[in-house]
Amino acid sequence: MFYHLGRYILLMFSTLAKPEKLSMYWKETARQMHDIGVGSLIIVGLVSVFIGAVTAVQFAYQLQGSSIPPYYIGYIIRDIMIIELAPTFTCLALAGKVGSNMAAEIGGMRQKEQIDALEVMGVDTAAYLILPKVIAAVAVIPMLVVLSAFAGMTGGYIACVLGKLVTVSEFMQGLRSFFIPYNIFMMLVKSVAFAFLLTSISCYQGFYVKGGSIELGQASTNAVVMSNIVILLADYVIALLLI
Amino acid sequence: MIRVENIKRQFGEQQVLKGISTVFEPGKTNLIIGKSGAGKTVLLKILVGLVAPTSGTVWYGDINFTQLNVKQRKAIRSEMGMLFQGSALFDSMSVEENVRFPVDMFTNLTSKEKKMTVDATLERVGLSGANKKYPSEISGGMQKRVGIARAIVLNPKYLFCDEPNSGLDPTTSLLIDELIRELTIEHNMTTVINTHDMNSVMEIGDKINLLYFGELEWTGNCKEVMTSDNEVLNDFIFASPFLQRLRDAALKNGGSV
Repeated sequence: MFYHLGRYILLMFSTLAKPEKLSMYWKETARQMHDIGVGSLIIVGLVSVFIGAVTAVQFAYQLQGSSIPPYYIGYIIRDIMIIELAPTFTCLALAGKVGSNMAAEIGGMRQKEQIDALEVMGVDTAAYLILPKVIAAVAVIPMLVVLSAFAGMTGGYIACVLGKLVTVSEFMQGLRSFFIPYNIFMMLVKSVAFAFLLTSISCYQGFYVKGGSIELGQASTNAVVMSNIVILLADYVIALLLI
Repeated sequence: MIRVENIKRQFGEQQVLKGISTVFEPGKTNLIIGKSGAGKTVLLKILVGLVAPTSGTVWYGDINFTQLNVKQRKAIRSEMGMLFQGSALFDSMSVEENVRFPVDMFTNLTSKEKKMTVDATLERVGLSGANKKYPSEISGGMQKRVGIARAIVLNPKYLFCDEPNSGLDPTTSLLIDELIRELTIEHNMTTVINTHDMNSVMEIGDKINLLYFGELEWTGNCKEVMTSDNEVLNDFIFASPFLQRLRDAALKNGGSV
């Protein structure tokens, strides 16, 4: 474990090398932004709508027979999406989609000697292959998380209205109640931290892959598993630090 | 000129290279030959710095390459081009984009100048008109040509080729060999080729280094191969009865078939 941790830290330091040509790095960053952002819109939107809807239905079930006013459903959905579900679920989903893709892409390049080719040309391979991905993820994933929070609230609204759990005005009243702007800050801190972790861990898994297709598959799986574990661990630490 | 001095490389308990010393000369095609597992690829990777030797030194002219750090190596690497065994082309880029990549990364030419450089290089390797094709859409021989074009597009001083003929038919292999030799002479490059293709040995072997179980067994040129009495070399080059008969016939004719 410490071997991997040390090698991961060294790899992250080597990604900070001075770019050979800024325009080439920017081009690659823009491509990654498109792949991560546009490519993940549907999955993030779908996951978030259903999470919001399920949260609304289950919270309404728990409120039955209690003295808590029904408009609390809107309030709870808003805050739980902003503080926890939007950043965490979005990044867990992205670890599966984007993280495995990055590990497979870089691992495939390693196996086909493309990374060696870059190195012989004089390119800083760690910097060129990893830094644009990390920058793109850190820039784009917080936007996806904001979208996810809105989609979750929309899902909750749809579930409440269609299922007649609360009235539209009650739900809207809940959404507008007890809003704390600091929670948005917490959501963005989490999304930036998770974005960095999921991309860097996935790139690390791909960068050092050895062997053939089985090892590449394992690297891709490890990228998802390790990213998920570290995201959940970081979620706990950030919650302790920021609340 | 590239000079290697007493290069050793060990992987765990296995000593893959046991003290190789030789010189790779400019303007010549320098071959590293030997059976599978002889240490050819490891030696080539040590030359370009992809593998560090356990001990020994690699000299590029007067510069001790093995002692340089990553940043210092960049200057030497800007003078290197390498053709990999599987071509190592970037799958998501077209032929033109592959060849253009080092130009984009390391030069400040205008778009027009870059286009002209890439087109001229593609024309030189016989790939005019293939600019927009992707690696998956072209043959193995064409992929090798693209790999060569990418390696020479910045006019390197040193060209390294790892098994340039692997997976190619004999005719295409000869064309690739000819191309490498012509480019070596045109650009006065120090070309190092790692091969076990006998046609390459006999056609373009200006200087041949035979590795045998990690040691340099024999050096010479393609003419000296015919007359050498080194058993390891003869076992390796004239492995089949047909080649042995051919060699005997050649010797009877004074060294030519």
